[in-house]
Amino acid sequence: MRPSRLMLGVAMAGLMASAAHADMTEGGIKIGVLTDMSGTYSDLSGGGSVWSAKKAVEDYLKAKPGLKVEVIAADHQNKADISANTARQWYDVDKVDVIVDLVTSSTALAVNQIAKEKNKVALVSGAASSALTGKDCTANTIHWTYDTWALANGTGSAITKTGGDSWFFLTADYAFGHALEKDTAAVVEKLGGKVMGKVRHPFPAQDFSSFLLQAQASKAKIIGLANAGADTTNAIKQASEFGIVAGGQNLAGLLVFITDVHALGLKTSQGLIFTESWYWDANDTNRAFAKEYAAANGGKYPTMVHAGVYSSVIHYLKAVEDLKSDADGAAVVAKMKAMPTDDKLYGKGTVRADGRKIHDMYLFEVKKPEESKGPWDYYKTRATIPATEAWRPLDAGECPLVKK
Amino acid sequence: MRSRETMIGLVLLGLLLVAPLVIYPVFLMKVLCFALFACAFNLLIGYVGLLSFGHAMFFGFAAYVAGHTIKVWGWPTEVGILAAALIAAAMGLVVGLIAIRRQGIYFAMVTLALSQMVYFFCIQAKFTGGEDGIQAIPRRPVFGFIDISKDLTLYYFVLAIFLVGFLLIYRTIHSPFGQVLKAIRENEPRAISLGYRVDQYKLLAFVLSAGLAGLAGATKAIVFQLASLTDVQWQMSGEVVLMTLVGGMGTVLGPVVGAGIIVAMQNYLKGLGEWVLVIQGIIFVLTVLVFRRGVVGEIWALLSRSKPGQRPGA
Amino acid sequence: MFELIGVPPQVLFGQLLLGLINGAFYALLSLGLAVIFGMLNVINFAHGAQYMLGAFGAWLLLKYTGIPYWGALVIVPLVIGAFGIVLERLFLSRLYHLDHLYGLLLTFGLAIIFEGVARYVFGASGVSYENPIPGGVNLGFMFLPYYRAWVIVFSLAVCLATWFMIERTKLGSYLRAAVERPDLVQAMGINVPLMITLTYGFGVALAALAGVLAAPVYSVTPKIGAEIIIVVFAVVVIGGMGSIMGSVVTGFGLGLVEGLTKVFYPEASNIVIFVIMAIVLVLRPAGLFGTAK
Repeated sequence: MRPSRLMLGVAMAGLMASAAHADMTEGGIKIGVLTDMSGTYSDLSGGGSVWSAKKAVEDYLKAKPGLKVEVIAADHQNKADISANTARQWYDVDKVDVIVDLVTSSTALAVNQIAKEKNKVALVSGAASSALTGKDCTANTIHWTYDTWALANGTGSAITKTGGDSWFFLTADYAFGHALEKDTAAVVEKLGGKVMGKVRHPFPAQDFSSFLLQAQASKAKIIGLANAGADTTNAIKQASEFGIVAGGQNLAGLLVFITDVHALGLKTSQGLIFTESWYWDANDTNRAFAKEYAAANGGKYPTMVHAGVYSSVIHYLKAVEDLKSDADGAAVVAKMKAMPTDDKLYGKGTVRADGRKIHDMYLFEVKKPEESKGPWDYYKTRATIPATEAWRPLDAGECPLVKK
Repeated sequence: MRSRETMIGLVLLGLLLVAPLVIYPVFLMKVLCFALFACAFNLLIGYVGLLSFGHAMFFGFAAYVAGHTIKVWGWPTEVGILAAALIAAAMGLVVGLIAIRRQGIYFAMVTLALSQMVYFFCIQAKFTGGEDGIQAIPRRPVFGFIDISKDLTLYYFVLAIFLVGFLLIYRTIHSPFGQVLKAIRENEPRAISLGYRVDQYKLLAFVLSAGLAGLAGATKAIVFQLASLTDVQWQMSGEVVLMTLVGGMGTVLGPVVGAGIIVAMQNYLKGLGEWVLVIQGIIFVLTVLVFRRGVVGEIWALLSRSKPGQRPGA
Repeated sequence: MFELIGVPPQVLFGQLLLGLINGAFYALLSLGLAVIFGMLNVINFAHGAQYMLGAFGAWLLLKYTGIPYWGALVIVPLVIGAFGIVLERLFLSRLYHLDHLYGLLLTFGLAIIFEGVARYVFGASGVSYENPIPGGVNLGFMFLPYYRAWVIVFSLAVCLATWFMIERTKLGSYLRAAVERPDLVQAMGINVPLMITLTYGFGVALAALAGVLAAPVYSVTPKIGAEIIIVVFAVVVIGGMGSIMGSVVTGFGLGLVEGLTKVFYPEASNIVIFVIMAIVLVLRPAGLFGTAK
């Protein structure tokens, strides 16, 4: 993370806003980016999320100067206790008003509780667990970018509809993997597909050959990877080694980021199908954002999580400016739910009563090496899943905020 | 010597009583939990010469037990913590029975391997919540009337637990039982020839240490209202070794100081990301190479100008 | 056609073969640990980290010098082995007069440093290394990638060569003698400290070699060392570090057991080795091939 120009910009904007709003706690808005700066998910969130949050502040202030906004960041190392500890300290001591990103479900769930306890705000972009808008939903949290239900639903239904009607699951043996598997299997079976079998692999695992062999023996058309991060990339890599895709079976990644595809290379990951909410090469605005991002982040391209951080910060600032106060977290979130969202990366959307941000999702397929024309040119869009179908129905989530 | 120790102890106690007025109480509570954990660990390495590289299994598993009994079964806070410590002690009995069959480095490897097994169990078991851990553990009033929902009150509750554990260890070390442990550390064959049933002494010390590590873990779960995989991971076992090593193995106050140093470092150097890991490694290496007595041990040596002694044997 | 508890035999053969491949890594790593332990009485906690460095070394060579896998197989162990020699001279050699536990603690610290630096340099998600011999052969019961076959053959060869060198050559007899009576061997005009240093270098080189072997099959991340070393510790405890052959046999054997577990009860495949360790400790505390000391 290079502070340089951007930070200066933010600081300058802060200075210019000498007539700060009196109602802001500590005279201004403080945004804390709590993310994985050094671990497995640091590429898909990490420093890039900090940059995206600062970029959002910069863009917002350029259009509407006046607010005083500060962005700070910390590494939660993917540990729920560090996350909880930092969140407490930020809310209590450092007077942070809103925590953004929160990659990995355990860290997000921890902050989710604390934000409620302290009546602050949490805007989750990086984490996947749909419990955040389900049984664990609170009036202080919004889940922005994606969730397990949407991934399972998007990938499962799109593939089953296009003929991939027999599945075998390779599932990471812990809550997250089970949830992905369960949700996907439900969709597949609802659409008339068949689940031929599943194998629970230990988490984390290095060697998938034995599980892949079982998947191969099942003769299922689709092998669903209900896992994440290094487990997914390992499984894909070894599937290619064992000639699984060449043998006629297809892999469906249930949680894949563009950084994973980049790490695997197109040769290994080609043909992989999965769901995401944002792709840098989808339109000119996204491309412009990605270009700037890459210039500031060592040539890496932004993921949907980075875009989600950007989008969530913009909407938060709008709501706070509208309310003229950031003191009452639940009130800010209520305002964010009342206002329609509109930003350059995610376009128009809404935030639902259970805290679910609603936008379109996309089904992508990884290009063949010969189809890729430039750096990070990795995806073909197979389908757009309209916002109305992409998310778990409001009444199915068991969120206590939703009145039946 | 003893009177000086008592005096230092009293001064420290005074400082601990007023500390939360100046320092963020949650941070202090974290230090206390780790200090108790390190003291429990030190009981083994410092006084019996057993290097356990798997103490996280007691610390972390007890956190889960406390979390589950209090959150899901609705047990009172103090009962949940006590139950967790007892379960940890029971685990200590089983692990101890297996591990003390080997000595020295083998003991370290066996405990490490067994704790890895507990870790994998915790990932897969239903009640631990896997990756998410047990979140939002309620802070119910202790004994039904002490309200610990405020950080400051909770701090004094945690301090009380720490003191109970600390004094228990202190008494153990200075009891006849503790003297036998030291005899085993210095020369095991001689202790055997003197007619001591060495394995039983070791086992008892191991169970005590495991139980106290569990007490620390359960308390931490109440403080952070969270029990997670971090606490059962092997890195946590490494951290407690580091704390004890830095503070001074085999000294009464060493682990407390070491815990303070390492927790403060992790807290204030957070921004350095992966370098914190590197720095911890460097501290490890430096301590082992040039600084084996640890902070407290070195100060002690300076004060008493004693000959270099005090090394953990096996 | 018979089925064994619902598992057709061809699947079983396939799994056994795969288990053997994993066993190859366990064997190579526990062999290195045993060699080092035999000579230095130190448990090299950094062994996993050195394995990890080996994997990254192969990647660095390919990326910056274009040296392919086959070159890396020779160069990387030499370079990392030399690095091990530096470590031994600088740090480990200062601890021989102390309790062995300090050697363990020191190498643990080194392991943490290496992992942290690797995270900084390569990133936590790691890098990916091209398979040097893609393709495979259909054995009827399974598709065996050429590369995995190569791993089995090559690691077996390395293990046997090491065993031969230590148990059957003159150099090996010096080594074994120096383990028993370093003072006598020194008195006979053999430079024992030099032997110790070289032995450590050799053990580290074995770890690095395993790392290069692993790079094309597993994702290369800074964490791989820590993940495997604990399992290898258990392997070493099960086998007992008394004999070179013992550690090799135990390594391959436990690979097989793990492979079988993945078929019959995959949820337990992560812990089966630890369970076996506990059982062995209860029944035969010195390990399968160890002698009680």
